[in-house]
Amino acid sequence: MDLNTLIQMLDATVRLATPLLLACLAGLYSERAGIFDIGLEGKMLAAAFVAAAIASVTGQVYLGLLAGIGASLLLSAIHGVASITFRGNQLISGVAINFLAAGLSVVIAQSWFRQGGRTPQLSGEGRFRSITLPFAESLSGVPVLGPIYAELISGHSILVYVAFLTVPLTWWLLFRTRFGLRLRAVGENPAAVDTAGVSVIGLRFAAVGICGILCGLAGAYLATGLQTSFTKDMTSGRGYIALAALIFAKWRPWHALYACLLFGFLQVIPLRPDLITNTLGLRLNGQLLEALPYILTVVILAGFVGKAIPPRAGGTPYVKER
Amino acid sequence: MDAMPKWAEVTLVPLISLLLAAILSALVILAIGENPWAAVKLMVSGALGSTYGWGYTLYYATNFIFTGLAVSIAFQARMFNIGGEGQALVGGLGVALVLLYLPFPHWTIALIASAAGAALFGAAWAFIPAILQAKRGSHIVITTIMFNFIAASLLNYMLVGPIKAPGQEPATSKFPATTQLPSFQDMFSTADTVLFRGAPANVTFFVGIAACFALWLLIWRTRLGYELRAFGHSESAAKYAGISPTKIIVVSMLISGGLAGMMAINNVQGEAERLVLNAVEGAGFIGIAVALMGRSHPVGVFIAALLFGFLYQGGAELALWTSIPRELIVVIQALVILFTGALDNMVRMPLEKVFLSMRRPPKPDRKSTTARAAE
Amino acid sequence: MSDPAIELKGISKAFGAVQANKDISIRVMPGTIHGIIGENGAGKSTLMSILYGFYKADKGEIFVGGKKTVIPDSQAAIAAGIGMVFQHFKLVENFTVLENVVLGAEDSAMLKPSLTRARRELKALAAEYELNVDPDAVVEDIGVGMQQRVEILKALYRGADILILDEPTGVLTPAEADHLFRILDGLKREGKTIILITHKLREIMDITDTVSVMRRGEMTATVKTSETSPAELAELMVGRKVLLRIEKSAPALGEVILDVKDLNVTDDKGVHRLKNVSFQVRAGEILGIAGVAGNGQSELLEVLGGYEKATGTITLRGQTIDLTGGKSDGQSRRRRGIAHVPEDRQREGLIMDYHAWENVAFGYHHDARYRKGLLMDNAAIKADTAGKMKRFDVRPPDPNLAAKNFSGGNQQKIVLAREIERNPDLLLVGQPTRGVDIGAIEFIHEQIVALRDQGKAILLVSVELEEILALSDRVAVMFDGQIMGERLPGETDEKELGLLMAGMTDVPTDKPVHEAVEEQLAHAGTGDKRGS
Repeated sequence: MDLNTLIQMLDATVRLATPLLLACLAGLYSERAGIFDIGLEGKMLAAAFVAAAIASVTGQVYLGLLAGIGASLLLSAIHGVASITFRGNQLISGVAINFLAAGLSVVIAQSWFRQGGRTPQLSGEGRFRSITLPFAESLSGVPVLGPIYAELISGHSILVYVAFLTVPLTWWLLFRTRFGLRLRAVGENPAAVDTAGVSVIGLRFAAVGICGILCGLAGAYLATGLQTSFTKDMTSGRGYIALAALIFAKWRPWHALYACLLFGFLQVIPLRPDLITNTLGLRLNGQLLEALPYILTVVILAGFVGKAIPPRAGGTPYVKER
Repeated sequence: MDAMPKWAEVTLVPLISLLLAAILSALVILAIGENPWAAVKLMVSGALGSTYGWGYTLYYATNFIFTGLAVSIAFQARMFNIGGEGQALVGGLGVALVLLYLPFPHWTIALIASAAGAALFGAAWAFIPAILQAKRGSHIVITTIMFNFIAASLLNYMLVGPIKAPGQEPATSKFPATTQLPSFQDMFSTADTVLFRGAPANVTFFVGIAACFALWLLIWRTRLGYELRAFGHSESAAKYAGISPTKIIVVSMLISGGLAGMMAINNVQGEAERLVLNAVEGAGFIGIAVALMGRSHPVGVFIAALLFGFLYQGGAELALWTSIPRELIVVIQALVILFTGALDNMVRMPLEKVFLSMRRPPKPDRKSTTARAAE
Repeated sequence: MSDPAIELKGISKAFGAVQANKDISIRVMPGTIHGIIGENGAGKSTLMSILYGFYKADKGEIFVGGKKTVIPDSQAAIAAGIGMVFQHFKLVENFTVLENVVLGAEDSAMLKPSLTRARRELKALAAEYELNVDPDAVVEDIGVGMQQRVEILKALYRGADILILDEPTGVLTPAEADHLFRILDGLKREGKTIILITHKLREIMDITDTVSVMRRGEMTATVKTSETSPAELAELMVGRKVLLRIEKSAPALGEVILDVKDLNVTDDKGVHRLKNVSFQVRAGEILGIAGVAGNGQSELLEVLGGYEKATGTITLRGQTIDLTGGKSDGQSRRRRGIAHVPEDRQREGLIMDYHAWENVAFGYHHDARYRKGLLMDNAAIKADTAGKMKRFDVRPPDPNLAAKNFSGGNQQKIVLAREIERNPDLLLVGQPTRGVDIGAIEFIHEQIVALRDQGKAILLVSVELEEILALSDRVAVMFDGQIMGERLPGETDEKELGLLMAGMTDVPTDKPVHEAVEEQLAHAGTGDKRGS
């Protein structure tokens, strides 16, 4: 494998890791606050559809992005009401949200655009275009570092950079601010937060809200950055893979980045079967390649996670002790 | 004390949830420019207005009985098996292999063998997530979802490769005629009147009813069911009593996967009479809504499955005659899951208040209850 | 005369159909230690939780320093100068002491300045009130006594003038408790008001100025401590005269039933929970295991009960018992004649959502007499349950009632009936009277003694020293996973046992007892999660 191929693959890894990373960080906020969220998938899907639909109607991708975030936030609100206000089962609520998004997106897309449940192709201002960083052109001649800068680091859409910058931002927010302290506390022992005079409900809704925004970004990136339209079930399990990455990362921001890059890379492999054939000398058939990211997700969950201890109050609604 | 009488718990709560889901679905129909009332009428006439419609409704209901029971038995042990879809797909593979490669003189023997094959394959597909959960603590919701994707790829591979019939379609060849299950049309038509003409409902419906009864017996009358429910209520107590968590997790998931797999005798052997791509059509997921609505009880599952059979067939009619797409059923299913599963308390709390205020005279303040709740 | 620091007028609170507090009025004078005593379920904790804004009262008024105050949440309580140390600490276990103190009382959006200020103030508070803690220690790594101090510091850091402590000594060694009381005395001298909730008469007599008694949700009396006696308080608490002593005859010792040698347990975090534990229990004998919660007693019961792996040897009537592998589980233990009343009936002993009859079969559901062919014989189990409920005076005697609907005492009687009526060779009993009212305590103690008089071996684990001393024929004290020594109840006292509970075999001569205890606990403290 030469440098160019490697850079191409890493470049694709970055692109495919971006929605995972945004979703994974979304899950991180929610789960750190003690709210499990199986519904990342559905929120991404809803955001993808609404973002693509609005972008195609208005021709403005940023309007699409905002609308996508709004759709995702709406689902977050449902999850919040179900699991925080009414202390419902968080897993079930998440599953319901996934189906809701899967069903509604197609129903609305079909009645709106009549293209078999997809949105029209986006072009021009309707989609996120890649940004060329300063000096990318002029430096591309420099050996090794030049192509890395020009191809790998430069030339992504703005949301990719947003996703990667969210990692240090999240770390800072969690570990250096009052909000972060309280957020972590509410996921570990909500009673401690409550008796300290801080609203458990408020904190948890804030976390779920942030989760909604990040899922919105992830979904919008899928439909208006990575692809050029919304298609039925286009998230294809990314929400769940992001959760697997979150567990693998043990709910830590920097580790989430590494885990998502790994899972992103797993998704790149099926796109380049020729490379597997060349490097490993075996020919994998198409279906196996297709299933590979899912299989490896299971393998990683089963084999390499070790003992992942989730936030202690995770998944259980807070009820004042009697 | 329980705030609500049991009858209200098992009837009112699901019914109100269903009503809420129906209202929201009607709003969706309105929003896409169709008439909800006309839609309901179309659904009722399409699904229940003829023996043909009933034949489809009961056919779909049969699918949902199996997947609903599958989710229920796992729920009893507090396992969330969201992989019914994949298990049913692989169960179909089991049915196909049995029927294609073994000779059968009569459909009854074929049914027994294919049911075994379906259950075995479905259970095997659930086994890996189960053992990973029990031994490695791998989140079973994520692993079973992953196994749905993997199952789809596996079926894809099998149907374009090893077991593909000659021709364009990714499907197996038709199963031998001797393995054909009697349809309702065969069973109930008389010389003068043909009932259920062309509808896919078949003898598997009765297998489904038998499965409901068997599962009821298992959960409520056997030691395994007792242990399974105990584990579902309290893992720590189960350990104290000498109930092995590994055993319960694996066994409940095997039964669950087996039941999901057995759906295939209905859709693969009974209806298509060959294995095609995406034969399950979301029935595995609908099982979640059915189990929640049926409160994980076989009787409830049976009723909820009939309801979803109606919705599914009615939805198909809608897609045929109006511009409402089939995915509307997914929306309804989501809403039912949301209201019966996650927003249960939203429905329950006001109801409990009503019942509490109706309770008169107030219960004598028994010492036993005071003592427990006061601190 | 000054205004009361706290005055409650006509407080009522119901949970569903249950009246936890009925028209309660109380006046707490500033600069005093005011005790509130009552049985489990008398409504003490509920009342204080209302004062701390944790629950909302249905009726009634609260006055703080003479001013009517509405306390809708904990924030308001803190603002009114009220601090509370709950029975179950409200600490974030994987946070440091400092982070826990600061949580909710931060100065600004950034953490750094708050942490710096808190560090400074903690130092000052520590010097003032003997409240030494390492601000950078992670809470899960420090002992329970230390964690309690963090809770007190949290309240003081928030400027509390009124401090409520709910059952604060339940998790402490006697020496630690003494130290706590000295801290409370110091706070009182500084003019703070302290409300102490407890069910222990001795503590009330030792430290309070005034005491209020609660029974079944009502306030039955408020008296000056100096003008009352333990007997009078006990009667006020229970509503009748109570026997404070258990009648029992001298033991008739038989053969060795249980022989434990060199038992070791390491948990999945690699912490050594049991260290070379060896002891014997004879027929007709109650061996009491004393110790502060979390020193290995739970693990010992779990190993004997078959759901914790261990190394070493255990023999029952001379027959070896498997400690690992497929034959080491609760089922095989039961078959060998070991019955077990677990420490926590709600988490282990009962399925709270199961009916009483289902719970009576729990653990014994494979019994031939509960079986009919492949199925369970529910009718037989129900009949058996009805009989057990009658013999053990379970109220109400309804086999179809869910376990969660019985009171603590009646739940415990169901467990006890199930285990005792199996006629076991060895009975393991953990915390038999935790959360149980006095009437049931007497009954339960009688049953345990009666079983011993039938010549059975009984291993009793309890954190209540009084209970250990009252029931046991021999006492072993556990500390940090080891048995520190065995004593005969007639030849020892609470003071000596208290030292053993802190891991000390001799009275220190070079320094005050509490300091020595503290040092000792600090060394053994890591990985020691008492009460969990």
